[in-house]
Amino acid sequence: MTVIVDYGVGNLFSLASSLEKIGEPSLVTNEGDVIKTADRVILPGVGAFEDAMKKLNMSGLREAVTDAAEKGIPLMGICLGMQLLFEKSFEYGEHEGLGLLKGEVRPIVTDPSLKIPHMGWNSLSFKRNHPLFENTKDGAFVYFVHSYHAVNCDDSLLATTEYGIPLTAAVACKNIMGCQFHPEKSGDVGLGILRAFVKLGEGSL
Amino acid sequence: MITKRIIPCLDVRNGKVVKGTNFVGLKEISSPVELAEEYSRCGADELVFYDITASSDGRKIFTDILTETAGNVFIPLTVGGGINSVGDFDRVLKCGADKVSVNSGAIRDPGLIKEAARVYGNQCVVLSVDVKRVNGQFRVFAKGGREDTGLDAIEWIKRGIYDGAGEIVLNSIDTDGVKNGFDLEMLAAVCEISSVPVIASGGAGSIQDFITLFKTLPKVDAGLAASIFHYGEVKIKDLKAEMAKNGIPVRIL
Repeated sequence: MTVIVDYGVGNLFSLASSLEKIGEPSLVTNEGDVIKTADRVILPGVGAFEDAMKKLNMSGLREAVTDAAEKGIPLMGICLGMQLLFEKSFEYGEHEGLGLLKGEVRPIVTDPSLKIPHMGWNSLSFKRNHPLFENTKDGAFVYFVHSYHAVNCDDSLLATTEYGIPLTAAVACKNIMGCQFHPEKSGDVGLGILRAFVKLGEGSL
Repeated sequence: MITKRIIPCLDVRNGKVVKGTNFVGLKEISSPVELAEEYSRCGADELVFYDITASSDGRKIFTDILTETAGNVFIPLTVGGGINSVGDFDRVLKCGADKVSVNSGAIRDPGLIKEAARVYGNQCVVLSVDVKRVNGQFRVFAKGGREDTGLDAIEWIKRGIYDGAGEIVLNSIDTDGVKNGFDLEMLAAVCEISSVPVIASGGAGSIQDFITLFKTLPKVDAGLAASIFHYGEVKIKDLKAEMAKNGIPVRIL
């Protein structure tokens, strides 16, 4: 079973529906004990980094998520949820993240004629192979909405997308994975990524 | 490269797509859910659902349809129509909408955009504007284009962006329904002042109209249309193939 962590940030309806669509049993939860029973964990998130970290800390869910990560349970962060996996973010100040991946989150600085947020469909350019993307072709289009991205994350970098500069689109290090885009809003390509994710289990990475 | 988006708009009343009974194709489709699935299969980049029911019964039917659509179609969904408060944002976001479009509601309550952007983030708030030329000015109209508000459209849009609108849908009343092309002059004026994505609406009659739009105004991010897609006058697959042929960045499935 895949557990979606609900710490009060963002709308989880589409994510839960997309897992249902691919036939994966899932549970949206705000309880640490439920996260402990998960085969896989998804950390979603929309909004501001500082607020999201506060909510993770205050709800006590931070510990459950990091415990799962340390146990080797496949953990995937989506959008802001991916950014939270890094050491820190410079979104409105400087804020500590979960520190599960090396790197930091910085504002997108690109060609001034390009609009921020980076919003819409853009293509993935893979740096290496990973089981999370076994169903995904190089150049496949996925849906992004973000104004910040991960940098100095060469250790985990899986895929970038071009927006004047290469933006970090996907990362993975052992059982910790992240997508800056929204697989649950990326049509069949996105469902293919989720299908690959739910095949992963403890110790498979 | 980020791609230009093609967005079909579904006007929904009493659970049916308006003008939704005569679609060209193998079968008639008037169910919004089925039509949304079909558009998603054909490569629509996003969908707009517009609630044109007035009654509270109608609202319930609409949100049920929205829930069913969001459970089956995994591309971004924008919802508009009858959005007058942050409570209305909450209602449709819980049913699976990703973005919420405000129009008359923002005119009645100029604090709505700011409040919604604070709660849900700018990326969630779309300002939809119906604009018509009056005495050489681009004027904002309310109530589905029936009422002249006296507001200057350029100033209104500037203010909306300042307050936190993350995207602009510009619907030209002057070109709407004429099927003779988008309102390039009006769109150029809005692109000039907009720091957020601009979606062109009103006037598309052919594939060529979209090509002209994106070639003439590279700052326009998306093209929106309704009946030409519903009636199959323009097929999204053909449209996107033609865009690609013309060097316009586009998502091909």
